[in-house]
Order: sequence, then structure tokens, then C-alpha cells
Amino acid sequence: MTTAPAVASARGTLAVRIENLCRYYRMGETVIRAVDGVSVEIRAGEFVALLGSSGSGKSSVLNLIAGLDRPTSGNVVVQDRDLAKLSREELAKYRLHVVGMVFQSFNLIASMTLAENVELPLRFAEVDRSQRANLAREALERVGLRARMNHRPSELSGGEQQRAALARALINRPQLLLADEPTGNLDSHTGTEIMDMVREFNRDLGMTVVMVTHERALAERYAQRMIFLADGKLIDDRTNNDRANHERPNVPSAVDRLE
Amino acid sequence: MKIPDLTELALRNLRESVLRNSLTTVGISVGVASLVAMLSLGTGLQQLLSQRLAKSGLFDTVFVSSRRDLRGMGREEERKGPTPGESRILDEPARQEMERLPNVSEAYPDIRFATELRYEDEPHLTMISALPPSAKTNDAFDGMQGNFFSSDTGAEVILQKSFAEELLGKTPPLGAPEPGVAELARPLLGKELVMRYAQRQAAPSTQPPLRSSAADDGVDGAAYSVVSREQKLRIVGVSDLDPETMRGPTRAKVFLPLGLAESLHIMQPTDLREISRAATDQPVYSSVSVRVKNPAQVQVVEDAIKKMGFNTFSILDASNSLRQVFRVLYAFLGIFGSLALTVASIGIVNTLVMAILERRREIGIMKAIGASDGDIKKLFFAEAGAMGILGGIVGVVLGWAIGQIINFGTNIWLKSQSLPPEHFWLVPLWLVVFSIVFAFLVSLVSGLYPAARAARLDPVQALRYE
Repeated sequence: MTTAPAVASARGTLAVRIENLCRYYRMGETVIRAVDGVSVEIRAGEFVALLGSSGSGKSSVLNLIAGLDRPTSGNVVVQDRDLAKLSREELAKYRLHVVGMVFQSFNLIASMTLAENVELPLRFAEVDRSQRANLAREALERVGLRARMNHRPSELSGGEQQRAALARALINRPQLLLADEPTGNLDSHTGTEIMDMVREFNRDLGMTVVMVTHERALAERYAQRMIFLADGKLIDDRTNNDRANHERPNVPSAVDRLE
Repeated sequence: MKIPDLTELALRNLRESVLRNSLTTVGISVGVASLVAMLSLGTGLQQLLSQRLAKSGLFDTVFVSSRRDLRGMGREEERKGPTPGESRILDEPARQEMERLPNVSEAYPDIRFATELRYEDEPHLTMISALPPSAKTNDAFDGMQGNFFSSDTGAEVILQKSFAEELLGKTPPLGAPEPGVAELARPLLGKELVMRYAQRQAAPSTQPPLRSSAADDGVDGAAYSVVSREQKLRIVGVSDLDPETMRGPTRAKVFLPLGLAESLHIMQPTDLREISRAATDQPVYSSVSVRVKNPAQVQVVEDAIKKMGFNTFSILDASNSLRQVFRVLYAFLGIFGSLALTVASIGIVNTLVMAILERRREIGIMKAIGASDGDIKKLFFAEAGAMGILGGIVGVVLGWAIGQIINFGTNIWLKSQSLPPEHFWLVPLWLVVFSIVFAFLVSLVSGLYPAARAARLDPVQALRYE
């Protein structure tokens, strides 16, 4: 069934290698370069924030890492798997076992209870029914929602829904947690709560976290490393330790101009 | 995904938009019901008719006559076969040989003779025919008063209605209403008749046969004498059947049990023709009726008997063309029944395509958390299949109910016309299984396109879609 989580010993090895990644969309006659030649290496156990304004290509990069989309050119290599070379079937397996995802709009299935939502990936992984129930209960316990496991998402607050989504992302013990604006629909207090949980997964379970956000403050507070994107290009890549030494640009495009 | 999980998810999804999916399922049910109704009508009618035909004895009987019999002159096989003088005699060993053929249920001689019957000292001349015990199940005796012969050798007799009228002196003038059988039977049942008949006796053969060429049939050429005898008979039944419409042995007005008739060695017209060579105790028959177990085997039996050297006749051709008619009827009923199911299958496609649009995001989520194209495809197949099976089951019940109602209504009408009730609507097990499997397959085929479309859905697009 599920692979063991990336343990502390694996920390520091290469988790994700992105080489000259391009993703172009064709819109009628014009070609939109959503991702345009990005190269980045992410080490196992890192907490990386992808920053940029809307349309900067940060979500596109995340989708490419998640294997939801295929690059126009370039490579995404996750733990020696070149995603471009995987079949559709293999990509689905990769999403199932290696990646956990959380989204801005939670993306829980409305017709299912929390427990059913959380155990859904296990159904795709063909895990036995009895084992599934236990794992789902455990995961919900971890995010403090055990008591609400038989509720439907609509009966819960946004924060609770996002916690359930985190439990679902966690259930297959992925090495890579990909979060797309996880606090975008939450107030700052609940947002902090969710981010604390993500940090906990990163520290305690050794998960590599890649988070897309446009909130710089959030990134500075939680991420060890910040990658700035603008117009599909990487414009800055810095670790949080040396952020004091840098002049803070108001918008990423300003950084672009400086370079 | 495993099958129990698929089924569970599919049923859950069906429940989510219960109205739309039930309407689609009702569509399938109506389609299946019409198919079941049509085909069960066809099956029932065919069964009814073939039962009738089997009972009438027309379609499972081969009529055998000797080629020495010149009555059927000019028939193809006679011109090809051996000349009448050389061919076999239709005697008791030949009858037994026919009875031993595979698929033959019985072979009995057709015994018919004209003689005088005395009732209350009044003589009446009539045609008498012998009936085998199997004639009891023949529907020619459905409307009979009294009973069939108690045994095959009982000294009993069944009268045809018009002969009963004659005995009672109640023959109505032409055009006047006929008296009822029950009315005729009441004074006659249990009464006695005396039959005068000519018995054939082998003459004591004191000298060897003059002919030496008897090797062909093994029958000694000799003479026999004819003795006049009387036999008392008890009337056990009066039959309603119209002798003019019936075949061979029933074209008579008085019937004897076959066993009794044989034991009496009654002189028959054909005996005169055989006089030159047959004069033993071994009876020689003018014709023999061979009943086949299954109408489908008539041809085989007929061929076997022809090989033995006899003329045969059956109504096989008629039954063949009847089968053809039923095949065409079946195809027509099937096509009309399937039409509604075709319309229903379009309903499935429509419902599932709508479901994809509605559940675009859900499909995207499933893909994002690790569902493969195959998982999504299977899920939509399972939904289509579940609607198909549910619709099939409901449809079979519905079709059966429609059949019952029509059957019921028709029987009320039949009763009002004082006709016996008929069960012409039949839902055999194969039709039940076939309909449900067919509905399942049709819905799977309908699910092909929606499932493929759902599986192809781009998760990035689907998740962006609000």
C-alpha cells in the first residue's frame, strides 16, 4: 500500500529537480507562456513557498510537480522519476502514493462525509475496507476532527474543511505535500492554525512541502525558502535565514527589474 | 478500484441526483418491459399453438402405408422405389420394428371397418374405428361426456355425437339447432350395444403352401375363413368432435379401444387384397400411425420408415413453415420491443453526460488525489450498469405484470364467449435472465461514451472550473 513517509535520514537529498521547465498554452492565435524556463532544485524535507502575483505561473509549476499537467518542454524529476516519461496510469499512481495536495477551495466531495472523503485515496489504492476506516480515523484524529468524521463538508467551517483536506492529503503518507493557496479562503486566525499543521507535518513527518501563496508574510513566517516567480520566470530564490540581508521588494516584478 | 467500492460509489452517486436517475431507470424499465411483453407474447402464443398441434396429433404423427397399397398412385417415392408387388407387407413385425425406432413413442395400426351395431334391437350401420390409449390426451376428446376407455381391451365404446342422435332418433332437421352433448349422453351412458362383425380365422393348413416364392415376406400363402360374431359393448362416452374435420382414425362415428379391436381379428376391407398371400394369424394393416416423441424429429423417423420400404406421409412441411412464421414474428416482436430500450439507452447517455458536467469538479478532485483514468471510467460504467440492472429487474416485473393483466382481461373475454381460458402469455426463465443481461449490456454500451469523456477530463481545467 502506501510508502513510508520521508524520514529524517532522507532529509537533504534531492526531492524535486525542475530543469528548464516550460508550459505554454495556446489561446487562439496567441501563445501564453505560463511557465517559461524555470529551473529549481528542492531538497527532501524542505518547506518551500512559491510566491508571485496572479498569473505569475506559480500554480502552473505546482500542477506540473503534482503530475496533474504535462510540461511543454523541460523536466520535472521527483525522486528519480521523470514525470514527463510516465504514462497516464503511472502519473495517477504517482499522485496517489507520492503526492498529497491541498487547495484553496478545499475540494472535498460534498456528497461524502469527512471520513469518506479522507479515505477516498485509499479506495483508489485498493486498501482493505477495515484498514481504511482505521487509517481515516487516525488521520482525522491528527487534525482534531475525529468527532466530526460523520459530518458532511457543508456542515463544517472553512478551517475544519481545510483540516479535513489536510487529513486526506496525509492518508497515503506522501513524501511531497503540495499546497495551493491553502489559507486563501480562511481568516488569518484559521489560516495560522492550518499553517501550524502544515509545519508540523513538515517537521514531524519529514514531508517536503511546496506551498503556493501570494501572501509574503505567511511565506516568511513558515517557509524556509521562498521562490519568486513573475511572468512564468524565476526571479528570486532565497532562504529565509538571509531574508534580513535583502532589500524587500514590494512586488516581485520590482525584483525582476533589479536583476 | 475494487468492485464493491465501485458499486458503493456508483449507487451513492445515483442517489445524489435521485430524480434524474430514477427517471432514466424508469425509461430502461419501460424499454425492458416492452421487450419482455413482446417476447413473452410470442413465446406464449408459440407454446399454446405447438401444444395444440401436439395434442391434435397432426404434427407428431407419420402415417405409414404399404407400397402394395395402390391408392396413393403417382407419388414420387413410389415411382422410384420397388414395384408395389415386391415391397414389404405392413404387418405386425413391421409395426413392432417401427415402434423400436429411436424417437418413436408408439406405432399403432389404423383399424377401420363398417359394421352393424344393435341398440335396443334396432340395427344401425356405421363406420367403426379403433383408438390407441394415447388418444386420451388428444384434444379431440376435450368436450366429451362420460369417460375415456377404462382399459385398452375393455368391451367399451365411445360414440360420436351424430351417431348418438341417430340411436336416440333425435337427428335434427337440417339447419335446426343441435342438441347438446350432455343431453344426448345422459340416456346413453352405461347402456349396451351389440356389435356384429366378421372375424377372420386362419384355415387349418393341412398342406404346404403352393407358392415357393414366399421368401420375400415370410408370409405363408394360404386361405382363411370368415366367421360372423357378436360382441357386447358398453357406452362409456359421447364425444363432441366433428368427424368430418378429423384425420384418419377419428373419421368414424364409433370408437373402440385398439387392444380390443385387435384381439377380435375383425375382417377389414384390406384383407381381401391380401387374400392371395396373407392368411396367418399375423394381422396385416392397411396403414399404421407412428407417433414421434417430438415434432422436430418427424423427418428423421419418416426417413427411417421409408428405408424400411413403406410409404409415409406427415404434415411436416406445414409445421416447418409454421416455425418460419414464428421466427419472423419473434424477430418483429423483438425489434419493436427493443425500440423502446434503444430510446432508453439514449436517456442513459444523456443522464451520464449531464452528470459529467455537474461532477466535473468532483472528477478533477478524484484525479488530483490519485484516481486513474481507469478508475473514473469504471465508476461511470458502474453507474450505467447499475441503472441497467435496476431498470432490467423492474422492467421484467413490469413486463410480467402487463402480461398478467392482458392475460386476465382476455380470459374474462374468453369466458364471456364461453370459451376455455388460455395462458398465452409466458415469461420463461431464459427471457428473465436475457432481459436483465440485455439491459445491463445496453446500458454499458450507453456508458461507453460518457465514461471515456469523463476519463479524458483534464484535472487542471476541472479544478479551475467553478
